[in-house]
Amino acid sequence: MPWWLNFARLFMQPLPGQQMSNTKNYMYKSWWKVLSVVLLVYTFIAGILWKVPNLPALEETIRNLYFHVCMWFAMMILFTVSVINGIKYLRTFNIRYDIISRQYATTGILLGLLGYATGAIWMSYTWADPNNPAFQSFGALAREPKLIGTAIALLIYFAYLVLRDSIADMDKRARISAVYNIFAYAMLFPSIWIVPRLLPSLHPGQEGNPAMNFKDVDSSMRVVFYPAVIGWTLLGVWITTIKIRTGLLKEKKWQ
Amino acid sequence: MKKFMKPFLLLLVSFFTIGRLAAQGAGSESAIGETMRSSGRIYVVVAVMLTILAGLVLYLIRLDRRISKLEKE
Repeated sequence: MPWWLNFARLFMQPLPGQQMSNTKNYMYKSWWKVLSVVLLVYTFIAGILWKVPNLPALEETIRNLYFHVCMWFAMMILFTVSVINGIKYLRTFNIRYDIISRQYATTGILLGLLGYATGAIWMSYTWADPNNPAFQSFGALAREPKLIGTAIALLIYFAYLVLRDSIADMDKRARISAVYNIFAYAMLFPSIWIVPRLLPSLHPGQEGNPAMNFKDVDSSMRVVFYPAVIGWTLLGVWITTIKIRTGLLKEKKWQ
Repeated sequence: MKKFMKPFLLLLVSFFTIGRLAAQGAGSESAIGETMRSSGRIYVVVAVMLTILAGLVLYLIRLDRRISKLEKE
């Protein structure tokens, strides 16, 4: 099988009719794990050493694009996979999809928290006004619509976990959390994509998609940025597959 | 496994060459960047970051192996 077909299969799950053999699934292949590590090593070396365009206020901190922004990209992709598996569960009532959906959501939350934390560090060095006392400066930053929006989005996903784990019955839990997952995913769009763009903000990317716009990001940075997004996403998928496999094993043991 | 290594190496090499060309075109650099690179200290940061990455990846590989063993039982 050509390698690109294998790459396409990474994003596919076996259909309910198909036999779910443990060896054919993407979770048990190692080539994309190798790809993830290779791309991350590339990101770390090129991201630190190569020249970046000289920008006012940001200066060398623009290198955070390879780390902070990638967290959000990976989070969005993992949440999308999670909601797709939630819908698959509702169509088939196969508990396997529920396990997959839950683990992708957890890893997405982890990446979201990392994105939030790194954003907090970055912003306190580039946005904070040195002429204001720290408290006033913080007051201005705390009103950032992007921060509030992402906080709401992440809290909704926290509620997903709380909701899940508070229901003892397995089928009921799977069904309710799959439906809630769709709502949570739908809420991502107003809270992190739409509303922050309607309000004045210090965060870049006000008039478009930050980092996706070809005119925004210099070509010398795109060469590192896109591989970085793929590398970080695959690392997230790797961590998730280990958790999914643990969940599937546990599930098998109980039956 | 070996079958897949070729496209990866190609991909990697192409990234590096394209990146080199792009970096040459980038032009001016900030003063901080120049100092960091000229003193050679920035390589220390790269080494530390790569060590942390290597540790995390090795841990993940170990977890992966362990769960594979459990699945076989």
